[in-house]
Amino acid sequence: MTTLKKLLRGFGLFLLLAVFLAAWIVLPWQALVGIAVLFALWMAFTRSGRQAASVTRVGVGTLRQRLGASSVVVIGIAGVVGVLVALLAMAEGYRHTVSSSGSDDTAIVLRGGSSAELMSVVSREAITAIERAPEVARDAEGRPLASAELVVSANVVRRDGEDGSVTLRGVGDMAWAVRPDLELVEGRRFETGRRELVVGKGAQRQFVGLDPGKEIRLGSQVWTVVGVFESGDAMESEMWADAEVVASTFNRGSSRASVFARLTDPKAFNAFKATLAADPRLQVEADTTADYFASQSEALTRVLRVIGIVVGSIMAIGAVFGALNTMFATVASRAREIATLRAIGFRGMPVVVAVMLETMLLALLGGLLGGLLAWLVFNGYTASTLAGGVASLSFEFRVSPELLWQGLKWALAIGFVGGLFPALRAATLPVTDALRAM
Amino acid sequence: MKYFHLVWAALFRRKTRTFLTLASILAAFLLFGMLDGIRTTFAQLGQSADGAQRLQTTSRLSIVETLPISLESRIRRVDNIEEVTWANWFGGAYQNPRNQLFTFAVAPNYLDLYPEVDVEPAQLEAWKRTRDGILVGQQMMTRFGWKVGQRIPLQSTIFPNSDGTLNWSFEIVGVLRGKEGRSAGFTDALILMHYDYFEEATPYVDDTVGWYISRVSDVNRSDAAAKAIDALSANSPNETKTMNEQAAMAAQLNQMADIGLIVGSIMGAVFFTLLLLTGNTMAQAVRERTFELAVLKTIGFTSASVLGMVLAESILLVVLGGVLGLGLAAVLSPVVTAASNGVISLPAIGWQSWALGLGLMVVIGLLVGALPAMRAMRLNIVDALAGR
Repeated sequence: MTTLKKLLRGFGLFLLLAVFLAAWIVLPWQALVGIAVLFALWMAFTRSGRQAASVTRVGVGTLRQRLGASSVVVIGIAGVVGVLVALLAMAEGYRHTVSSSGSDDTAIVLRGGSSAELMSVVSREAITAIERAPEVARDAEGRPLASAELVVSANVVRRDGEDGSVTLRGVGDMAWAVRPDLELVEGRRFETGRRELVVGKGAQRQFVGLDPGKEIRLGSQVWTVVGVFESGDAMESEMWADAEVVASTFNRGSSRASVFARLTDPKAFNAFKATLAADPRLQVEADTTADYFASQSEALTRVLRVIGIVVGSIMAIGAVFGALNTMFATVASRAREIATLRAIGFRGMPVVVAVMLETMLLALLGGLLGGLLAWLVFNGYTASTLAGGVASLSFEFRVSPELLWQGLKWALAIGFVGGLFPALRAATLPVTDALRAM
Repeated sequence: MKYFHLVWAALFRRKTRTFLTLASILAAFLLFGMLDGIRTTFAQLGQSADGAQRLQTTSRLSIVETLPISLESRIRRVDNIEEVTWANWFGGAYQNPRNQLFTFAVAPNYLDLYPEVDVEPAQLEAWKRTRDGILVGQQMMTRFGWKVGQRIPLQSTIFPNSDGTLNWSFEIVGVLRGKEGRSAGFTDALILMHYDYFEEATPYVDDTVGWYISRVSDVNRSDAAAKAIDALSANSPNETKTMNEQAAMAAQLNQMADIGLIVGSIMGAVFFTLLLLTGNTMAQAVRERTFELAVLKTIGFTSASVLGMVLAESILLVVLGGVLGLGLAAVLSPVVTAASNGVISLPAIGWQSWALGLGLMVVIGLLVGALPAMRAMRLNIVDALAGR
């Protein structure tokens, strides 16, 4: 009978825990702050709350005596949070770099069915038709703000001595006008008709010989680097050159891969899409650049996030057991003290709360430490990957406040689970046994 | 080993604590198993004996540029080259343009250069006969539930069909499998179609191929052969770059991301945490037993055997948890791979991972046991019995 009762109780506890954790994940931070405030009020103004506060004070005051064991909880949780935040920061950095490359008021036009620029071909006639669409904005001289661009990948030597590939974008004058955020930080633009390159800061960082004034070989031709640009997005991993010269070097004829067009208004996009669809000569698909780049980053970001969460979860399970171990030992070493408190009239609740609070405090410390470490080591750390399977894209890890908050939530959840069972043990320990022990 | 029962009894002196510690160690080695599988797969790609024999020739300009088909007969004449084949990128996607599959259009003799790939002879014959037939990797067959004989639609992300659309249709005529006892590696998720059919059907490809693969007869002179192949088209518009398959693969993977660095730092964090947790447990276990250890010494156990017993206990603890964790990883990896529908592919855990894992377990066991064991060895019987 007692075994069944125990089993049922254990199961009930487990359910409660699951519900709590689910709520913990779902609730926004405002609700959590609300809970914390209510809890503080309970502690300050009710009798059992005040009892809990005083028991906690004793527990926290004697923490120093259990420094070794308590630091296990702190460092264990710091490890989990650090790894989790670092992995998520990688996903976040990649997503941010790729998706900030687009905006709602520029559109990208590719051949129908092509999922990326590198696989798309748009003919000369189609380009002319796209540029004439009434929704495309015009500059002061009445020229459409549309840039037909060519994308190829070129082999360049990386910093580590191996060959790597870079996106080489062939552009015309309009490319600069379509992307006002792009800024030339060194040198000058390339001159039309010459083998000159302007390189992105990210590409310059990753590959050798991309400094202004230097010459590099692409295939059998020699090119001169004349400038460096900065844009804070995926374009920074590219090299730019005159479209005509790129087309002749890479045998692309007069076709281009894509057309970037600045629209008169972000709301004009649907009309623009309809205009293109209505033209029977065109077999193209338009997207806002915001949507296009978001979808480009979607798959890899998801994989990186899943890896982060799977690794974090397994580590968290390990840390929960570590915390349980430490807190059970803490409760055991303080058994006599806790029993004395209960013998002189303290109820179970304050004892449970005190042990829980102590664990949560350690967890909070661990979470802060892990977040800080991840931020110190990885914020701004540059990594690179192959984008679209063929050209490298460099991006920075981003340890954002949201990620740090998420790490703290994990830390507190681990602390909660790791403290709950030892706390219940402390409250249910038979008083007489505990007093007689030791 | 005659004290094994003593060590065992000491290990389970406090059951809750031991089980909780075991669970932490289990979690750490579960992670180790999954990550190390990934690391070794990356390290092994292209490293087979067959891979060393193969040279890969691509355009020097970029990996997406094509080469003229006339190069084939010239490569054949290079000293030390036994056999040459070629392939072209097709850019296949199934159901949705983002669901891209590795699809190559290859020469009829392509599989001759890949002896590690096994195709049933009848299916190979059928492939050679069927113009629009394809061979599909085992893993991909399972992933989409395809059957031999089925027609499937594929969309090319680059090449239009003869009717001007990007839609193609193929008949699955055979399955690519790894030869018994050998991993098919990359080919497990590959689709092979006929280059001839591809070239005829698409207006964009005219006597050009993506890359050549050649087999050398003497591996020791393969560098010279690679140089000779590149010399064939030096200073032409189609300069080439030739390296052995392993180097080509490594260069490609290096660009994907610093897999080694990321996996290494995660494992570092995991094991640091683990050391701390287990070390703490062992310290507790020895502290609690001071009295018992003193009794052992009193009845004649030497200091060395006490040291040995505590060390054995900690190694046993880590090895037990570690083997359970690695075992669990071995069971879970295929489950995760299947459940993620090809998004994440965790390889099976090979003997290298087991060997490295067992080594790590013993080292960690020694490390965490060292301090408590020394303490136990130096224990002064009189002080310990007096409870000082």
